[in-house]
Amino acid sequence: MAKYNLKINGKIRKVDIDPSTPMLWVLRDHLDMPGTKYGCGMAQCGACTVHLDGTAVRSCSLPVSAIGKGAITTIEGLSENGTHPVQKAWIEHDVAQCGYCQSGQIMSAVALLKENPKPTDADIDNAMSGNICRCGTYLRIKEAIKTASKN
Amino acid sequence: MTNIQNMKPVKKTYNRRSFLKSSALSGGGFLLSIGWLSSGQRSAFKSTDNQTITNLPSNWNELNGFIKITADNVIKIMSPNPEGGQGVKTSMPMIVAEELDVNWKNVIVEQADLDTKHFTRQFIGGSQAIHQGWKPLRTAGATARQMLREAAATQWQVPVDEVSTELGILYHKKSGKSAKYGEMASAASRIPIPKEVKLKDVKDFKIIGKSKSNVDIEKIVTGKPLFGIDTQKEGMLIAMIIHPPAMGLKFKAIQNEDVVKKMKGIKDVFPIKIFNEGYEKTFFDTLNFNEVVAVVGNSTWEVMKAKKALKIDWEPIQSSTENRNMLGRKLTVKIPSGLESSTEHTEKLAEMLKKPLNVLRKDGDPETAFKNATKIIERTYTGPFLAHNCMEPMNFYAYVTDEKAELAGPLQKPEFTEQALSARLGMPLDKIDIQITRLGGGFGKRSYAHWLLEAALISQKVKAPVKLIYSREDDMTSGIYRPAYSATYRAALDANNDLIGFHVKAVGIPESPLFPNRFPAGAVDNYLAEDFTIDSNITVGSYRAPRSNFIAAAEQSFLDEVAEATGKDPIEFRLDLLKKAKEKPVGKTNDYDPARYAGVLELVREKSGWEQAKTTRKLGVSAYYCHDSYAAHVLDIEVKNGEPIVKNVCCAIDCGIVVNPDTAKNMAEGAVIDGIGVALFGKMTFTKGVPDKNNFHTYRMIRMNEAPKKIDVHFVQNNIDPSGMGEPAYPPVFGALANALYKATGKRFYQQPFMDFMG
Repeated sequence: MAKYNLKINGKIRKVDIDPSTPMLWVLRDHLDMPGTKYGCGMAQCGACTVHLDGTAVRSCSLPVSAIGKGAITTIEGLSENGTHPVQKAWIEHDVAQCGYCQSGQIMSAVALLKENPKPTDADIDNAMSGNICRCGTYLRIKEAIKTASKN
Repeated sequence: MTNIQNMKPVKKTYNRRSFLKSSALSGGGFLLSIGWLSSGQRSAFKSTDNQTITNLPSNWNELNGFIKITADNVIKIMSPNPEGGQGVKTSMPMIVAEELDVNWKNVIVEQADLDTKHFTRQFIGGSQAIHQGWKPLRTAGATARQMLREAAATQWQVPVDEVSTELGILYHKKSGKSAKYGEMASAASRIPIPKEVKLKDVKDFKIIGKSKSNVDIEKIVTGKPLFGIDTQKEGMLIAMIIHPPAMGLKFKAIQNEDVVKKMKGIKDVFPIKIFNEGYEKTFFDTLNFNEVVAVVGNSTWEVMKAKKALKIDWEPIQSSTENRNMLGRKLTVKIPSGLESSTEHTEKLAEMLKKPLNVLRKDGDPETAFKNATKIIERTYTGPFLAHNCMEPMNFYAYVTDEKAELAGPLQKPEFTEQALSARLGMPLDKIDIQITRLGGGFGKRSYAHWLLEAALISQKVKAPVKLIYSREDDMTSGIYRPAYSATYRAALDANNDLIGFHVKAVGIPESPLFPNRFPAGAVDNYLAEDFTIDSNITVGSYRAPRSNFIAAAEQSFLDEVAEATGKDPIEFRLDLLKKAKEKPVGKTNDYDPARYAGVLELVREKSGWEQAKTTRKLGVSAYYCHDSYAAHVLDIEVKNGEPIVKNVCCAIDCGIVVNPDTAKNMAEGAVIDGIGVALFGKMTFTKGVPDKNNFHTYRMIRMNEAPKKIDVHFVQNNIDPSGMGEPAYPPVFGALANALYKATGKRFYQQPFMDFMG
């Protein structure tokens, strides 16, 4: 067990926890932040995507001990009411079917647009192909990213 | 906390307003707990256009099980069926709102709990929610509207016929009186329920047919707790299970339970038996591993670590039989012992297809037709076992005490599961409460629910609320796959290249994929359909468009090849057969309407520009009918460096009246993408009973870069009562892809997944 002061969505959150615990479970089990989803536990599906200092990372494979002073942003940290441009674009295109993978998709998309505000289709494919959607909403995700890139 | 699943379930109460079931309307009414609404734990409600409604409503007037209206005109419509991404939580309330005649923007939608006393068919399956809910949902809306009109007529002392409504307001035009629904809701709720109500004309629809956003979209994009796996309750423990590592093995003993129990955060380790011996299983009870080891602890990570440390002895199963009651049909299922491998499965399927099988349909004299044929085409198709891979792994929350059982989670058929749980716990149904959460995908897998029983049994043992979570590996390796199939098709052509005989033999492990009365049955004079099943201890279950998902691929690929042999255009070839099925149908029972079937083919031909493009592009076509809807697709592909690139997909769909067009379009797009992914990559194989894939690093799923570049969806416009969209667009994708691949590569694809054979 070890104590950590984690910077999550702009706030310091204290946890006393097994250092090997992945951030995914810190968020979900210990901080009551269930927006970040469990999909595979091995960084293959992207459902657990969060940002570490603005970069998209798979929180299922990121032990809490590796965070250090890094700033974590989760889906809950984008906006309270879905007002982030990417969230708005997701609403506009009514992207979701079951919706389970979408918080991970959105976090990957936000990271992409931060780095590359005007991505091409190929850029979007490259950045988003780590996120699986079993319902098959990929085309809407792509359109939503394009819409968000205009704002 | 804002998680509604955190709220303590409130005991349901029932009153005469829950009338719809007793009035024999299938899909009927229900009433559910509304206690949490007035609990003060939610600060604000959002209507369907996401406008915050302040002043928490607490005094609902129930006009019937679906509709509640407050005095200050907040209108709530209950959504009866589980929502797994098919959009029913939006489209079912839309149908109620249409007949109620309210402004959709002012409506609050809420998911109903399972309520078997007041509701029928509260489940996901067979793309039937809208099809079977259509009349009951409309009736619920129209009945409430009529009661509001009667209440206004009484108060205003005018004839009820003179009271009209528009967007939630009652009018008496002659006197100039008007009132919001809320003002009359209390009086209306005391009015006797009308025996008959008039439903709107289709031409007067204002909500149905206009796209409405998914009512949960804001919660989805902000990461609010919607899914079963998000459930958090006071004092809740986390549980996981360990199942035998191979099909054909069973639990024997835990070697090191004392060591594991001492691990940090671990509360208990013990085996559980899911079904009691002698229990007669029903349709949705699984034949899965009946004894698993449960690990219970404080947090998921601690439990995952304990799972890894556990050492368990397994032993071979003995051959056995299970008596099943399949919705009234009694049957005995044989479960052979042994550790099965896919190589043996392949051999068994091939061997069986050489033998005469069970004849399910015979028209004319197929033997003679084949004897007299000028040309016979014979092809064999195979499809492997498939894992569902819902993105939300299986999970369930349970809190079982001596007095009651409270459960919450994602489930497609809660009514059936509740019965199984009642039998297992020896607890009457009215002591069991199941809250339905949003499903992070279902695709058939969540029709089954041994994980719910496991959660309940674990909670009962540890005497605490428990959330059971399957790891992805547990989810993928614990059985319930799409069966493995094979089918041999034969076509007999005469000297004029007319199709004079058609023969299909289909085999499945352990279930058959055959629909003997589907197209081209009814269109060929001499027709024979046979099938057979091969016993196995690999467990299977419904998988998006069960059976159709394979047999459509085989049949539509075969028809393409037969069309080519006759020298006809593949669309024209199908249309000619459908013309015959319409004008001179063969046999008494044909499951499809040839005119609607032809309709989607004609529409897809027009919209895809088939005639102009078929010689210059690599197009593949396929059409299918299942689950009461018709779908045809044209895929336009190219192959680069051995990888198929789907450039464009054109879909034509006839599902009758399209309730929520953009959602229906989303369903078709999803079906196309999912279908292409499964056709290209999907397979589960076994080596000595062990599933060869256990996570997404080995089980390949379609990703964004492999999805089609463009999908156009077109609906046949008609006023036929609506049918479903969850499944029908899925089966024809496989054949269209195989046929397009043939155009692009010159090679026919007979075995799935196609990528294994791209060479």
